[in-house]
Amino acid sequence: MIRMRALTFCYPNTDLRLHIPELTVAEAQKVAIIGPSSAGKTTLLQLIAGILTPQAGSVHVGNVHVNALSDARRRGFRITTIGFIFQDFALLDYLNVLDNILHPYRITGALRLRHDIRTRAAKLATEMGIGDKLQRRPEALSQGEKQRVAICRALLPYPKLILADEATGNLDPANKTRILELLCRTVEAHHATLVAVTHDYELFGYFDRVIDFRHFGSSVIS
Amino acid sequence: MMDSLYLTWQYVVFHKIKTLILVACVTLIATLPLALELLLRESEQQLLARAAATPLVLGAKGSTLELVMNSLYFSTETPETLSMATMHQVMTSNLALPIPLYVRFQARGFPIVGTTFDYFDFRGLRIAAGRPLTILGECVIGATVAERLRLKPGDSLISAPENLFDLAGAYPLKMQVVGVLQKAYTADDLAVFVDLHTTWVIAGLGHGHQELAHTTDTTVLLQRSDTSVTANAKLQLYTEVTADNVDTFHFHGDAATYPLTAVSAVPHDAKSATLLRGRYLARETPHHMVRPKDVVDRLLAEIFRIKNVLDAVVLVVSGATVLAIALIFALSLRLRQKEMTTIFQLGCRRRTIARLLASEMLIIACLSGALCTGVLVVLAHVDSDLVRLWMVR
Repeated sequence: MIRMRALTFCYPNTDLRLHIPELTVAEAQKVAIIGPSSAGKTTLLQLIAGILTPQAGSVHVGNVHVNALSDARRRGFRITTIGFIFQDFALLDYLNVLDNILHPYRITGALRLRHDIRTRAAKLATEMGIGDKLQRRPEALSQGEKQRVAICRALLPYPKLILADEATGNLDPANKTRILELLCRTVEAHHATLVAVTHDYELFGYFDRVIDFRHFGSSVIS
Repeated sequence: MMDSLYLTWQYVVFHKIKTLILVACVTLIATLPLALELLLRESEQQLLARAAATPLVLGAKGSTLELVMNSLYFSTETPETLSMATMHQVMTSNLALPIPLYVRFQARGFPIVGTTFDYFDFRGLRIAAGRPLTILGECVIGATVAERLRLKPGDSLISAPENLFDLAGAYPLKMQVVGVLQKAYTADDLAVFVDLHTTWVIAGLGHGHQELAHTTDTTVLLQRSDTSVTANAKLQLYTEVTADNVDTFHFHGDAATYPLTAVSAVPHDAKSATLLRGRYLARETPHHMVRPKDVVDRLLAEIFRIKNVLDAVVLVVSGATVLAIALIFALSLRLRQKEMTTIFQLGCRRRTIARLLASEMLIIACLSGALCTGVLVVLAHVDSDLVRLWMVR
């Protein structure tokens, strides 16, 4: 699903230098990325998503050479192929739950907001246990409920790849396990690939594979 | 585009206060100069129409503007007076029909206009209810006066004393309302019309009191001779003209000296007008004959000069407000930075982000436009009343 080769990336005016000789993630695999802060975990996700462009090397997602695409096509590819889950949920406070889930469909022409998509959004929310809160705004939701909304938003466009950036970082232990279980179950049901950045060693059991960024700027260790 | 509008609409509804402030600012910027323009145009029309319909006004030398505003729009500033003798001069000249005017007093905030029947014919005023003036102490009121004071024929109206503490000044006179005029949409709607003699009674030049010739009440009499009777302050002066006391009303002094504030002269033709004006051109004459249209034209030129200053002020304020709005948008953009980063990371195109921001401005512009249009439509309906209320009077 993901293939990175001889990848080099560094931010201007910083010491961070990311070098990945080779990294592959198989389809439908659930991968955890761990490592100290500022090791480049989020940067790796952004390189996979095409938000950042490497100085050297290549990133392939499926058959698409992501960093060879133009900016516009990369955005279109991202919104249709990749689902993003953020640590702070990144929900829009002025939209209700349903509109937050449907949000990707309203900001791109690549996805068409049809009636069946609305039905699917409601169904997905019900599967995630927030079906009765579709008309509520984020401020009226608990942290766990907010993350479920964020997961629904990421899953709705049938993405082949889910990138979760410390998706459980803001949750209490009970919610953490429950949300991750839900996420893994839903990802499996949709045959999607999951790459999640996490600090929680106790959650490793949910993943097929763990990638450790033990040292700053180190190569990837499987 | 519909999705962008939908998202933006949700955003502006959620941030109601910010949206309302922005809409109010933009509406104010757009409405203020347009409303000013509308009101000025209406006032210009009204002032000019009435001025153009009044060929000449004769008054004592002084401010021509005061004379015209008082005789045409019944303003409270009273010009210097002229005598009835001056009016007779116009009459005997056979060059114009003189219509005397004495506009000095008020009744419950509305001007009392002392004049003759000719005034009603000249202005084309018609009685809507009741009858015209017949005897002293009666009044016919304008449509707006009747409306605001809820008066009808049969009711009464008391003139206001000029100065509460001036014992020698004008005393209040209770006037009988005998008629209500049809709406004329001019200053006449806001006036209380009485016979010229009634205004002189209010002015204290004429009065009615208990009969003294045959009275034996010594507490009232100070002195009695063959030709005159002198009474003291106990003498009862009538403050209302009734059928019983109307005969006791009389005037003192030479009628030719009785005051007028102006004489509206209606020349028979253009030549008569020129001749009549010529008679009052001499420097030594204490009167002047003015063409109200010339005075109003000068006034309007002044108003429009002031309007230019106002326009400049509005422009500067608008510029400052536009900058403030730009600042609000910039701050709003900073507040939405996280949201923009999120939708960028989700894969939103730059064009869509720009469209989201543009649609916020579009919605605010549309709301302001609608509000501005609403205000202007309402203003266009009431502008004539507003002008009459604020500017003409």
